[in-house]
Amino acid sequence: MSKESEINFTEEQAQLLEIAENFSKDKAPIAAVRAQIDIEEGCDPAIWKEMAELGWLGIAIPEEFGGSGLGMGEVVSITEPMGRQLFSTPFISTTLAAQLLLDAGTEAQQKAYLPRIAEGSITSIATSEEHGDWDLTHISCTATADGDSLKLAGTKTLVTDAKDAETIIATVKYAGSSCLVLIDRAALDDAVLVREKVLDQTRRCFRISLDGVTVPLSNLLDVKRSSAALTRHHKLSCLLLAAEACGGIAGAMDVTLEYLKTRKQFERYIGSYQSLKHTMVDILLGMEAARSFLYHAATVIDDGELGEIAVRMAKAKAGEVFSYAGDRAIQFHGGFGFTFECDAQLFRRRAFWTENQSGDAIYHRKRLANLLLD
Amino acid sequence: MNEELPDLEDFTKEVHEWVTNNKPETPDFLLPQTFMEVGTDEQFQYLKAWQMKVYEAGYLGMSWPKEYGGRSMPQVYQDIVTRELVDQSTPFMVNTLGLNWAGPLILHMGSEEQKQAYIQKILSTEEIWCQGFSEPDNGSDLGNAQLKAVRDGDEFVLNGSKIWTTLGTQATRMILLARTNPKSENKYKGLTFFLSPMHVEGIEPRPIQKLTNEYGFCQTFFNDARIPADCIIGNEGEGWLVAMKTLMFERGAEGGQAGGHTSMKTTVDEVVDLAQRTYRDGQLSTQDPVVRDELVNLIMDSRAMTLNGARSKIPALNSERPTSISMAGKLLATEFNKKMGDVATSLQGSNALYFVGDDNAIDGARWQRSYFNAFSGTIGGGTTQIQKNIIGERVLGLPKA
Repeated sequence: MSKESEINFTEEQAQLLEIAENFSKDKAPIAAVRAQIDIEEGCDPAIWKEMAELGWLGIAIPEEFGGSGLGMGEVVSITEPMGRQLFSTPFISTTLAAQLLLDAGTEAQQKAYLPRIAEGSITSIATSEEHGDWDLTHISCTATADGDSLKLAGTKTLVTDAKDAETIIATVKYAGSSCLVLIDRAALDDAVLVREKVLDQTRRCFRISLDGVTVPLSNLLDVKRSSAALTRHHKLSCLLLAAEACGGIAGAMDVTLEYLKTRKQFERYIGSYQSLKHTMVDILLGMEAARSFLYHAATVIDDGELGEIAVRMAKAKAGEVFSYAGDRAIQFHGGFGFTFECDAQLFRRRAFWTENQSGDAIYHRKRLANLLLD
Repeated sequence: MNEELPDLEDFTKEVHEWVTNNKPETPDFLLPQTFMEVGTDEQFQYLKAWQMKVYEAGYLGMSWPKEYGGRSMPQVYQDIVTRELVDQSTPFMVNTLGLNWAGPLILHMGSEEQKQAYIQKILSTEEIWCQGFSEPDNGSDLGNAQLKAVRDGDEFVLNGSKIWTTLGTQATRMILLARTNPKSENKYKGLTFFLSPMHVEGIEPRPIQKLTNEYGFCQTFFNDARIPADCIIGNEGEGWLVAMKTLMFERGAEGGQAGGHTSMKTTVDEVVDLAQRTYRDGQLSTQDPVVRDELVNLIMDSRAMTLNGARSKIPALNSERPTSISMAGKLLATEFNKKMGDVATSLQGSNALYFVGDDNAIDGARWQRSYFNAFSGTIGGGTTQIQKNIIGERVLGLPKA
């Protein structure tokens, strides 16, 4: 089989997929998701603790740092079912932070932080800024050496779960290049964290002013490896967002199909009308394609250009189909769809959340054109 | 039980060499892309000779039982051959319907006598098969077929007509769905499935001209045509079940086909190649950002189908809707083919206005022709719209209209 059509799915991944499905259904029924909207924390600490005990935060961390040494394929198996339930936890950011440390952390940083992450230390990533550009090297925040310290300046936006996090990894410009710096949450005054109002209300985001914040120089990740680490970080973010979106498509379909099979108009179930039925089939086939891209990308992600092509296709497809599925979910619920009470809107909001991070479909197709046509 | 099976790598090499040395010369006429487009006798003879050659070399029906003309070998050997035939862009196997639908059906449900009588001749092209399902008034509603078959002793007398009979004038056998009981309690129970001879008095296939100007299929008229009763497959009155089984083979939802490829696949690479030979605003089309996006979408559609195929082999990734991917295969592939023809035609700028036969046409206007011919896929064998009804109802569990 050619590598372009390769999908590996191990017994471990299959087991994790099943466990994560059950766990997500159990912990995040829609009532719990809705209740979460009004609570200050981004995630129930008891649930987070259980996830850590299951070993999920250390899945892709090597055994020498207290993890189980598996790969991103296993992480995808957990992420997809969580997306289906709109289950919100700092799982993705914490997992991605561990990978950043593996890719660019110094030996001392890896020893200090990775075992803690594997045990469930919430870690956030601060890459977004006010300009809203997805380009990870478009950075206004700065770090300046001052003896053994680094003086930080600028503002980071959309930092997820910053309040609950123990550590935040931020992108900064240091000596002209794009670098990464560890910020212990304890070093930040509560007042610098400003809660943001975000479209996906199941998420917690914060704006953080770094002006006047100082961290030890030893908190700077290896400058030489940072550029490559950011490139990989972009790919991994795309992969996990695609996984979350694939789950989200299935969740949006669940809600819509249920309604189409029970709601009657003109003495017929509305799901018997072809304009609705055929659209649901289009969404189903879109989801099948998105899942095929996803598990292929999970297989080959670290394989150079092949991996980059695979993950961009996965992100482009999943985001686009999820947006469509969410949009149609609202429309097909008719008047009820226009209410806050209808769950369709939750999925449409989540679709924006996944589509508008790390590049939307058009953004990735533009890069795919360069990779495939030039 | 099997004689020593060849090593897969050796076999692959052997096949590669055979195909390289034996593939036919490109003829001086434009070849059809699929069996539904065979419009002239010279095209038919050329393709028939090629299938015969492949079979005689032992490369067709390899997984079919030895006692009926196959080789009783594992499917993987046939797959290697098929891939090689595709990779070297050889012509398709002209007896498509026999190899892919009628053959597997007979092997699956036919009597011992039927297997003995028909299977080997399907492979060797001694008998070419056609299909009598659709009728002028009953296209997608196959269960409503009205062609009458009335028993008269050891024979049935046929009256009515079938339409879209591909290879109707060349075929010697037809898989035929006919109404044996007009008074059955529901329309499905009055149907019977026949393996009918074509060269019988009263059966007359009349060629139909297609939207591309070409010929390729017929309307077949039945006027008091008498066929033997023992050519029923399955039981009298159970023709609907047999027809459904046939459609499973036709749509690729079930395996057992004889192999050898069935259509000259146009690949998305060829569309990209074409884009690199056409112009917009004084530049190659591949420099135009909107065209680039369109091409990426096309490449993604193509790759999604390949990846669906790979994923469908992993049960844990298909546990919730196990038939979803296989049931969608026909719809996706045929719509994609049509889209390729459409995009490729549009890419040509004003040269898109030419058609087959004009010296200035790009690639002999194959893209224009392939777009129009692609409708045979999106319409035949259950239209895309019917496919969506079926998937919506069977896979998603939505209520029937």
